[in-house]
Amino acid sequence: MAGTLQFDLVSPERRLAALTATEVQIPGAEGDLTAMEGHVPTITTLRPGIVRAVSAQGVTAYLVTGGFAEINPQSVTVLAERAVPVAEANAALMDDLLAEARSQAAALADRDAGEKLVNDMLAARAALAV
Amino acid sequence: MPSLKDLKNRIASVKNTRKITKAMQMVAAAKLRRAQEAAEAARPYAERMNAVMAGLASSVGGQEGAPRLLSGTGSDRVHLLVVMTSERGLCGGFNSTIVRLAKARAAELLAQGKTVRILTVGKKGREQLKRDYSTHFVGHVDLSEVRKMGYSVAQGIARDILARFDAGEFDVATLFFNRFQSVISQVPTAQQIIPARFEGAATTALYDYEPGEEAILADLLPRGVATQVFSALLENGASEQGARMSAMDNATRNAGDMINKLTIQYNRSRQAAITKELIEIISGAEAL
Repeated sequence: MAGTLQFDLVSPERRLAALTATEVQIPGAEGDLTAMEGHVPTITTLRPGIVRAVSAQGVTAYLVTGGFAEINPQSVTVLAERAVPVAEANAALMDDLLAEARSQAAALADRDAGEKLVNDMLAARAALAV
Repeated sequence: MPSLKDLKNRIASVKNTRKITKAMQMVAAAKLRRAQEAAEAARPYAERMNAVMAGLASSVGGQEGAPRLLSGTGSDRVHLLVVMTSERGLCGGFNSTIVRLAKARAAELLAQGKTVRILTVGKKGREQLKRDYSTHFVGHVDLSEVRKMGYSVAQGIARDILARFDAGEFDVATLFFNRFQSVISQVPTAQQIIPARFEGAATTALYDYEPGEEAILADLLPRGVATQVFSALLENGASEQGARMSAMDNATRNAGDMINKLTIQYNRSRQAAITKELIEIISGAEAL
């Protein structure tokens, strides 16, 4: 049995989740990573994607649009700009988020970054299959 | 001397006023609870955000090429004052205290020969600043349509501020709002958001940063502005309801006092009228 770590997911408006997990999968800006107990202290930015926390009770998954994660040996804190439980993510919501990502991308000076944002969002949508 | 009928009407009208202020007080109390909960719920995010940014800022801050949001533009000639007030009145000194603080700062900056620009959030502050500082207005954010103070509202305001910053419209931005302490005490606060300033000790743990420290900082600073605007909005929301609640409590009490006074006056006049009638009857009977 692997050790556990404290997983917190907070959005600007409220704390969405606080639970003890064995591992947390995070969509980092430079690639996915999985945090387990004893992980090197890391701070990474997020790309749009799905955060999964695996615990004894099963897997809890949230769709996040961006933000950052702070990983410590004993805890993981994900600060998401916007986070939605995967069960609540439906096609209409995804369309909204996608439109938002597109308008944000249009405002960005860096076209590559904008394209990446939209593509990440599309990938997240495909992964959810809604 | 008002007639009995006048007094009666007056009492009825003050009673109505008392009903209204009482109702407003209770509504404000209910809203205050919700506003306080919202402010509390938002705290963990803001605290973590600040801690991480403070850590990053202390390691990147002094270096060349630090983000402009952190290091500033190199001058402090043009100041943007973001004055956050409420959309509605009848909340005691809530708006006036914010405006007074902002006015004092504006006067001080103008005396130093700096340029002052004012962005108003909420109608009441704009009205109060209009007379002296309308030439300094650069924009206004209308919150009258906002039902629930969500993060997206703060993001909108932050985006506006950041766009102005990128366009070189100002060097320093300061938020003016009321920090909520308790129902009876709200503290008008000025908080500098650009260039970013951090209070408290930086996190001591050594982190791996992915991507680099500077890239993360550049990503976080705009978010930090939005977070600060958001917590200011929430603090302001709670303060407004707190101020309204105590103002309406006072008003209700005053109305009660007034009703008592008027009732005594009414009873006295009634008694005087009865006595007068009796005297007339008795002296009439004696004359016979």
